[in-house]
Amino acid sequence: MKFIQNIGLGLFIISLLAFVGMLGVGHQKLSLDNIPGNEYHKKAITKAAQSEGILDTEMSNIQFVSSFKQVLKTAQKDQEEISKSGLPDGVDEWNFKIGNWKMDEYASSAVKNSAAGPVQDNPWLFFFLTFGLAIIGGLLFIIPTFFETPGIKHNGIYHNSLTRGLKVNLRSGILIFTIIAVIVYGFIREGNLFWPLVTIAIGLAISYLVFFKERSKENNPQRSASPINTGWLGVIAGFILIGFYILLYWKPEYINNWVTMVSPISEVLNGGEASRWFLYGMMYTIIMLVMGIRMLAKYQHNKYQRVRTYSVMFFQTAFAFLIPQMLAKFNMPAPDLKNMWPLDYSFFFDYRLNEMISNGTIGIFMLVWGIVLFSVGVPVFVFFFGKRWYCSWVCGCGGLAETMGDPFRQLSDKSMRAWKYERYIIHGVMVAAVVMTAGVLYTYFTNSYSILGFNTASLKSWYGFFIGAGFAGIVGTGFYPLMGNRTWCRFGCPLAGYLGLIQKFRSKFRITTNGGQCISCGNCSTYCEMGIDVRSYAQKGQDIVRSSCVGCGVCSAVCPRGVLRLENGPNTDSSSRTEELRTIHISEGEIKILG
Amino acid sequence: MKHSVIIGNGIAGTTAARWLRKLSDQKITIISSETDHFFSRTALMYIYMGHMRFEDTKPYEDWFWDKNRIDLVNDHVNSIDYAKKTLGLASGSTIQYDNLILALGSKSNMFGWPGQDLDGVGGLYNFQDLENMEKFSPGLERAVICGGGLIGIEMAEMFHSRNIPVTMLVRESSYWSNVLPPEESQMISDHINKNHIDLRLGVNLGEITDDGSGKAKSVIVKETGEEIPCGYVGLTAGVSPNVDWLKETGLEIERGIMVDDNLATNIPDVYAIGDCAQLRTPNPGRRNIEAIWYTGRMMGETVAYNITGKKVDYDPGIWFNSAKFIDIEYQVYGDMPAQHDEATESLFWKHADNEKSVRINYDKASGVIKGFNLFGIRYRHEVCEKWIKDGNHVENVLQNLGMANFDPEFYKQYEGDVVKLYNQKSGKNLTLKKKRGLRDVLSFLRS
Repeated sequence: MKFIQNIGLGLFIISLLAFVGMLGVGHQKLSLDNIPGNEYHKKAITKAAQSEGILDTEMSNIQFVSSFKQVLKTAQKDQEEISKSGLPDGVDEWNFKIGNWKMDEYASSAVKNSAAGPVQDNPWLFFFLTFGLAIIGGLLFIIPTFFETPGIKHNGIYHNSLTRGLKVNLRSGILIFTIIAVIVYGFIREGNLFWPLVTIAIGLAISYLVFFKERSKENNPQRSASPINTGWLGVIAGFILIGFYILLYWKPEYINNWVTMVSPISEVLNGGEASRWFLYGMMYTIIMLVMGIRMLAKYQHNKYQRVRTYSVMFFQTAFAFLIPQMLAKFNMPAPDLKNMWPLDYSFFFDYRLNEMISNGTIGIFMLVWGIVLFSVGVPVFVFFFGKRWYCSWVCGCGGLAETMGDPFRQLSDKSMRAWKYERYIIHGVMVAAVVMTAGVLYTYFTNSYSILGFNTASLKSWYGFFIGAGFAGIVGTGFYPLMGNRTWCRFGCPLAGYLGLIQKFRSKFRITTNGGQCISCGNCSTYCEMGIDVRSYAQKGQDIVRSSCVGCGVCSAVCPRGVLRLENGPNTDSSSRTEELRTIHISEGEIKILG
Repeated sequence: MKHSVIIGNGIAGTTAARWLRKLSDQKITIISSETDHFFSRTALMYIYMGHMRFEDTKPYEDWFWDKNRIDLVNDHVNSIDYAKKTLGLASGSTIQYDNLILALGSKSNMFGWPGQDLDGVGGLYNFQDLENMEKFSPGLERAVICGGGLIGIEMAEMFHSRNIPVTMLVRESSYWSNVLPPEESQMISDHINKNHIDLRLGVNLGEITDDGSGKAKSVIVKETGEEIPCGYVGLTAGVSPNVDWLKETGLEIERGIMVDDNLATNIPDVYAIGDCAQLRTPNPGRRNIEAIWYTGRMMGETVAYNITGKKVDYDPGIWFNSAKFIDIEYQVYGDMPAQHDEATESLFWKHADNEKSVRINYDKASGVIKGFNLFGIRYRHEVCEKWIKDGNHVENVLQNLGMANFDPEFYKQYEGDVVKLYNQKSGKNLTLKKKRGLRDVLSFLRS
């Protein structure tokens, strides 16, 4: 059994090396045919390329990207110069000048069109060496665990360098460095200083509130993440994930080979060439399916966990991946119909509204569905089942956290300080999402880009960059092995914030505790991915009603004494749900032991 | 300002301190030489198994004590002067108290076995025991555990989690048969065997041999003379109050420190709680020393009331407990002896997988419910307790049995099978009226 698992691990490592290594395979050769752009842009780029001498020259991908970006800059400058002495008749300014926003598109397009080599010749071979070996390796590692005796499988988690976490100071250091680097890069990329500065100011204000107003400065968080020694494999895994997201979001011109590799599959599914988002969606789905099988093996004995895992696997495969591919094949808008605003922050963006409105009945259905889902669906479903119906049964982000992220759930920070940060940050993002969307809609209906002197387009762009990519992707998923699997869901997701408010104030959902059975062992708190100190409630015999609880049910699963149970009960307001203190204690008035 | 000093930072001492703070403004000091901060002793096994870190076993963050003005002193109390109300500490300093709470805990039983003081021999009670196990674990080829109670099985599971072969020597003819009825005891014995733990029944520890350097080399079985080579010997034959150092100091001690219903000792302003306390008049059917988690917690709360001027009798209520035997959870509510008496009838249902069972005891003549033994199925404490307290008839309980179920959603419910079994035995035709769910539970508890 161990032997088969080691083979699986070996295959997985080979696939990972192949995945990284294949980015350096092949070459780029720019010919006149594959220069991107309209008539004017193409001419300018061609001229610049000729003067730089890169036409018909074989280069590596990295060399090519830097030379071609130089070419684009030269072409941009040339057009700028020429346009000063007047645009050609009948040509509008931005068809002549090359705008900044065109640069990335042109670079990606030139990279794609000028690439040649083994990946282009044999995409399926590379698909097998990367995805294929990873799936086979993963399954070889997982399937033997179906034959272990059913029960909690947490042996050795804190002895394992991949899963034991890191010292709290190192963790804070990596986190602060990442945030600053993202903001600085955002400033360079967006060419806008205002929103980065606002972001920093809000960050400092929150830290001030947490440390001084909430008096958390003296509450040094010993329980958050301080093993005796750092698990370096986990840190390395975190850096690999962070690197992947940086390439995916901001440097797609370097991952052309990955996209090319999955193009044949894209053509089958949606009839078009793959984009990087197709690559990401497919990877995401495959990872969730394979790691979902791991969950099914791990929780053979627990039907709640199994049903929930089937659910997230289904919603990802069908709703997030296959249905949008089919819709795209029939030239229809292709949204993920289970995703919703404000997590799906671009729902009200002009191009998406226009796309839906211009697509007849089905487009209008999508628009109405999207609005009803968050305005009616959320309150109704949360009222009956708690936010778990979405966060740990349906949501894609939650689904990844519950499958790929499961080995890291214990790394969530349980300190009071982290909870204070959480409440400010998640509600801050929620407000930002609402403000940003209001601005976008204002612009949509008035065609004015300015409210009270704020530019709605730059806010929208900064939200997408900083929250959509930086927070949800880089920190949200990249930090799985550093801060646990629900970093985004807990600290960032505006939809989770909204679901949570309803769960807290008007819902039948709560976790009940079993009288006096709690022995304060701490398994529940340790394995709570949302960083809730479950034990602090259980040992008092108090029911748990917390806005952040996603109802994954793992606290109940790991409890050795049968103390916790997720349930939908009769009372719905938060005070009557939590007041039912059924702990064994002596009451103030009449002296008695309460059962 | 009055000063309450608590010796011992386990669950009893810590609960006493917390309730003293809730009820009063006095100065509170906890002295312990085990660890700086309160941790959950019951979770020691999970640290060894790699499920948790030591930090995770602390129910309160380290700043909690300061914030609640509870002073922590990491020191060892060597002497107590009851007349001057002064404690002498190992560091040489002294502490004055107005009220003293002794929450001294237990120590592992050692019955004078030859070799019990060798290196590589230890119990499992305090943090130092865990460190001792860690110290001898690297390269360990076999561990032998002597004693078959709850701590024995925990220790076996710990070594098992690191793939270290384990032999368990158990005095009884099946696992924990002095507490569990034969069917349940057999089921757990089977489960232990299924996990490849070498369970030897009906044998005792004869001696632990020395490898010549003062370290344990092997265990010799008393009955057979067989020598089992091992690098570690776990002694888990129960615990007893950690009170030897207080004997003959004027404090009345039998096995534990004698306390009255208010948890006061024979010396004024000195109280004893938790594992080390022996009740003069325990409730009927209860033992006078109960070294379990929740009694420590209840005593801590009770003593705080008594010290702050509200006289309260200690009353642990209806017996309950829980444990986990590797992968099988166990809960008990009410009086469930290993051998029930003539007047009691016992309904025992077992699942075909040999890992789940329900036992319901009731009075043969009156049908009044006495208790529940549950394996692999969770029941709700309050519901079972109310049934027992109110003296419900077993048939009433059976028809509403689903209400007690506390298993997670989607789990199969077996209450119908239990009712069917009762019908077979009694020739009655009862039906299950209630299923799992909070709504019925809350209306029942409020009725």
